Parts: sequence; C-alpha cells; structure tokens
Amino acid sequence: MTGRGPDAGGPDAGGPDVGGPAPGEPGPADPAAVDPVESADVPADDAREEGARKERARKERAPEESPPVVAVRRHREPLAAALIGVLTLLLGFAFAVQVRSTDDDQALAGSREEDLIRILDDLTGREDRLRLQISEQRSALAQLNGTGGQSAEALDEARRRAETLGILNGTLAAEGPGLEMTIGDPAGRVTAAVVVKVLQELRAAGAETMQVDDVRVGASTAVTGTPGDLELDGRPVSAPYVFRVIGSPETMATAMNIPNGVARTVRLRDGTIEVVQSDHVVVDALRVLERPQYAEPTDGD
Amino acid sequence: MIPIIGLAVGVLAGLLLDPSVPLWLQPYLPIAVVAALDAVFGGVRARFDGIFDAKVFVVSFVSNVVVAALIVFLGDQLGVGAQLSTAVVVVLGIRIFANAAAIRRHLFRA
Repeated sequence: MTGRGPDAGGPDAGGPDVGGPAPGEPGPADPAAVDPVESADVPADDAREEGARKERARKERAPEESPPVVAVRRHREPLAAALIGVLTLLLGFAFAVQVRSTDDDQALAGSREEDLIRILDDLTGREDRLRLQISEQRSALAQLNGTGGQSAEALDEARRRAETLGILNGTLAAEGPGLEMTIGDPAGRVTAAVVVKVLQELRAAGAETMQVDDVRVGASTAVTGTPGDLELDGRPVSAPYVFRVIGSPETMATAMNIPNGVARTVRLRDGTIEVVQSDHVVVDALRVLERPQYAEPTDGD
Repeated sequence: MIPIIGLAVGVLAGLLLDPSVPLWLQPYLPIAVVAALDAVFGGVRARFDGIFDAKVFVVSFVSNVVVAALIVFLGDQLGVGAQLSTAVVVVLGIRIFANAAAIRRHLFRA
C-alpha cells in the first residue's frame, strides 16, 4: 500500500483512479515501467522512477510475503496427509473387517432384535417346509418300498404259478416220487381207449404229470391210432409203453390194481403190466404249448 | 496417493488380522463404512473439481461417520434402528452415486 499513495497523486493519475490497479500491477505506468525495470538505475522522470520503485518494492515484498504462505502449507500438509492416510487406512480396515464378519454367522450376534425375529421367522418357515418335504419323501419312500415288496412278492407268486402250470402243462421237466409203469403189448391188442383209460385212472389217482415213452402228457393230449401203432399227440409210441408218472406212488399203484381196473383191462387184452413205485421219477419230455386261438384271458382276476 | 496406500494397507491389515468386531460396534460399523465411502467419493470428486481441501475432507469424513452412526444409534434407541439405517444407507448411496457420476464426467468427459 505504500506505493499506492504516490501513484494516485502522480501526474498520470488523472484517468484511471477508479478501481485502482493492484499493488503489484502498475496500470497506467506500465508502458513506462517496462524499460526502467531492465535498467532500473537510470531514472528518467518522476513517473518512471515511481514505476521502477514500485517494481522494486514488489520484488522486495514477494520474498517477505511468500515464506509465511509456504510455511503454513508446509506445516499443514504433513498433518493433513497423515490424517487422510489414517482415515483411509481405518476405512479400509473397517471395510475388510466388515466384509469378513458379514461372511461369518457371528454377524447374528450383533443383529437387532427385529432382524433376529425376521431371521428366526424365515428359518422357522424354512424348517416347516423342509419338514413337510421330509414327510412327503418318507411317505413316497414307504410307498415305493411297499410296492417294491408287493411286486417282488407278486413276481415270486407268478413265478411259482408259472412253474406249477409249466409242470402241469408239460413245458417244464419235473422230478419227484411216483411210478414207473411198463405196459407190454405182445398181442397188439392194447387200444387207444385202453391207454386213455390208463391216463384217466392215473389222473384220478392224483398223478401230477407224466410221460409215455418220450411224449409228455398234457391237458390236450390225444391218443390216436390202431393197436400196435398208437400215437400220442401225433407222435408214434411203441410197446412196451413206459409210463413215468409223478404223484403219490401208493395211491397210484393202488388205483392201477383195483378190481376191474387198468391192470385187469390190460391183462384181458393179453398185455402185461408192471408197476414199480419209485422215490425218484424224472419226467423230462417236454411239450410245446400252442397259443390258444380262440380263448383269451378275462379280466376277472 | 496417500489415500490409496492407506486404503490398501487398511484392507490388507483387516484381511490379515481378521479381528472380530466388538458386539456394540456391529450395528454401526457397516453404516460407518458407507458414510466414510461417501466422504471418500466426495473427496475424489473435489480433487477432480480442483477444490479439494484436506481440512474439509478430514472434517467431512469424521462428521459423516459420526453422524451416520449417531442416527443409527438414535434409531436403535427409538426402536426404528433397522428403518433408520436403511434410510441412512439409501441417502448415502444416492450421494455416492451423484459423486461417482461427477467423477465419471471428469474422467470420461461423458
């Protein structure tokens, strides 16, 4: 401000005194001051000297004014930097810790009551749903087990029935106690009717399955042909006819020998009959079942 | 540079030390972190705007954290802590978005 007074009162001050120039910037004196700055020691006139003085003053003042500013900035900068560093470090630390603790279940420990209640509700609902699922799965499992057992049982039953039917039909080989009976026909007078009578008697006596020579006897077995040239199911059999029968040996042997029974009939026709009871008879001739052409199973049972 | 180093060191320390948050601090720590994040974003924006002031940054950082925690604390005392913390997070989130948008404009001119 020291340079301002003379400047305002100077000869050039007539024009630009309003909003006077800043202390460091000599406004009107500027063109004149340019030279004296470079050759400051050669004052030409008042204005020039004034400009030069002002310039000098500015130069002198600058070293005085700048140090405090720099000092303040230098003084505050490390503190601010340290504070900023500490704060950001704290932020990073808290951030990491918070992220870590959010992962933990321990986060529940610091939760609010209402949050805990909500979480508890959620968990209870989930538990209910899971329990429901468990019971559903259990019942499904029980059902599957049940059907599995039932179907296994049904399968066994079906298998047993199939075996039984196979034995009765002659599609399966069978063994067991029974008779081995040989009917000789030296006179050639044993007719088909006699053979049918023998088969019927055996069946009536509880024969379960049987074969004549190598022909299995089934439900539809027919005996045809003339004596000495008989056929069972179209397959020739020749005397002596060997019957292998599975059933109760005593019952069947008795049935063969009853008065007016098979044995007598055969003997009346000059045939021979020999009945041997056996604990182990093998019936291994097989029949081929033909699919019924007309009959179909009903849905009854 | 210092803030970035500080953040990195802090995150590393937090991850390595893995301390357990004290019980009384647990409701406030996340809010405080969000508030501090808001202050940091504001500081970055100020730096880009060329008006960054360390003093303003430090004061706003501390006061942000304290006020946010205080609001949540008061909410807890009043029984509306969950709602108030939600409100604080929403407000701070909006501010962070605004600051991030300003930073984006400076960075990408868009």
